[in-house]
Amino acid sequence: MRTWLYKVDTRVSPYLYIAPFFLLFAVFGLWPLFYTAYVSLFDWSLLKDEHTFIGLQNYGEMFQDSYFWNALFNTVSILALSTIPQLLLSLLLAHLINRRLRLKTFWRLGMLLPNVTSVVAVAVIFSQLFGRDFGLINWTLEHLGLGRVDWQAGVLSSHIAISTMIIWQWAGYNALIFLAAMQAVPKELYESATLDGATEFQQLRQITIPSIRPTIIFVVMVSTIFGLQVFAQPQLFAGGGGGAALTGGSDRQFQTLTLYLYEHGFSRGFEFGYASSVAWVMFLVIVVFAFINYRLVRRIKK
Amino acid sequence: MKRKLLYLSLLGVMLFSAFPLYFSFVVSTKDNSALADVSLIPGANLVSNIKRVFDTVPFDQAIINSLIVSSAVTASVVLFSTLAGFAFAKLHFRWRTGLLLAVVATMMVPTQLGIIPQFMLITELEWHDTLTAVIVPALVNAFGVFFMTQYLSEALPTELIEAGRVDGAASHRLFWHVVLPVARPAMAVLAMLTFLASWNDYLWPLVVLASPENQTVQVALSQLRAGYVTDYSLALTGTMLATIPLVIVFGALGKQLIGGIMQGAIKG
Repeated sequence: MRTWLYKVDTRVSPYLYIAPFFLLFAVFGLWPLFYTAYVSLFDWSLLKDEHTFIGLQNYGEMFQDSYFWNALFNTVSILALSTIPQLLLSLLLAHLINRRLRLKTFWRLGMLLPNVTSVVAVAVIFSQLFGRDFGLINWTLEHLGLGRVDWQAGVLSSHIAISTMIIWQWAGYNALIFLAAMQAVPKELYESATLDGATEFQQLRQITIPSIRPTIIFVVMVSTIFGLQVFAQPQLFAGGGGGAALTGGSDRQFQTLTLYLYEHGFSRGFEFGYASSVAWVMFLVIVVFAFINYRLVRRIKK
Repeated sequence: MKRKLLYLSLLGVMLFSAFPLYFSFVVSTKDNSALADVSLIPGANLVSNIKRVFDTVPFDQAIINSLIVSSAVTASVVLFSTLAGFAFAKLHFRWRTGLLLAVVATMMVPTQLGIIPQFMLITELEWHDTLTAVIVPALVNAFGVFFMTQYLSEALPTELIEAGRVDGAASHRLFWHVVLPVARPAMAVLAMLTFLASWNDYLWPLVVLASPENQTVQVALSQLRAGYVTDYSLALTGTMLATIPLVIVFGALGKQLIGGIMQGAIKG
């Protein structure tokens, strides 16, 4: 009896221990993702009891909606404006603190501080800083004699403001990830390079970056996947209650795809069918961009 | 000279990190009509601004709600991740490597895109506008499982498990008496990371929590920003109220947090 119980225990327990994750992921992660594809084929609204099968009509409608293309453009533009400078900044920061330093923990804490701040807090804080009339940045620009910028009104200017929020929140965090990888690079490589007269910048480019390639790929992938789903920053940057917050500014100058999805799915008549087709297209966009970026960073030479 | 330049640029980075928070604090101490005069010296309106925050949104209730959600999620994530981490790190079972790979792969899946069916499911379960809707989907996640697996495969000596097995200890006994004591430091770090992420979560609570008395802190904060002309003194006072406790905890425990993030990253 005991040995039988023991056998059952060693056979079954492992599956029991990992089951909660897989169950929860199946129910709240994977199934909804696939069901999204199904719902997208219907004229399906929360407000109507009947759901009519309409094939790919939602997709056709979406591809003819210039607001969709606008949201796609905004999303990609914000992704580029945030991810590229952030990566370079994070690498540089990690390189700066990857050495013997006084107050080591203090610098690291300072770099991680913005990441403790919630995305809502970041959006509110930077909406003030980038405010047209009383914002600190415009106040500074004016005192430098450069004149004020209506950050919210322009396409590029609003994208810069939103990208700044993302960079501020994540650059330090990613720098710590890079730092962890850099510390695993053998010190002798740098010593012999120094003997050969390589400058610090050359060492960063020719030793550090190739050595931490897997970590760079990981960070780029994660930044791409999450960067394409940006929501809180544009939603809260618009403020303005109701309307402007949903459309990402009065001219939709910074409406992202997730905001577009939210606008259709959770406010205007709860168009679940249409919003699902948006979600499914976003999924494809994310896969394509993740793949392109993977190919790009993989080209870093070993 | 080069050293000086290094420390100077690091100071610049610190300023870039901390200044937006400091400036927001300054704004939260001023009357909204006084914001035209930009200055870096705190004003005298902090108390009245805090009062206004509590008058505008049910902020005390929001804090209680967030504490309930984040505590429940943290306790559950830490428990289930440690269990799964134990299994993946030290137990033998079929498809172990494949399943662990699946866990890692799910970290890359943008599950947020399933938000419509997720919402339908929550409505079907009649959890809409309840904290349950926010807690249950977050009870365990791939990052936690992976994090504990990494830690336990290094920190937990296989001999300890085998010795326990020889004594005929059942798996759950091994878990309580052998695994938990060893896992404690990593559990603490995971608890911090999870609490933080849960406290700061926004889109999902925004979608499923409708009534003001059920909102979490982040959703309540977003309400302060709404309105055609934003009252920044009000909005930033709320923001500071929600952020400063985290910053204090971060100051006390940040060193372990950094250790955890970097440890997760090396093998990640």
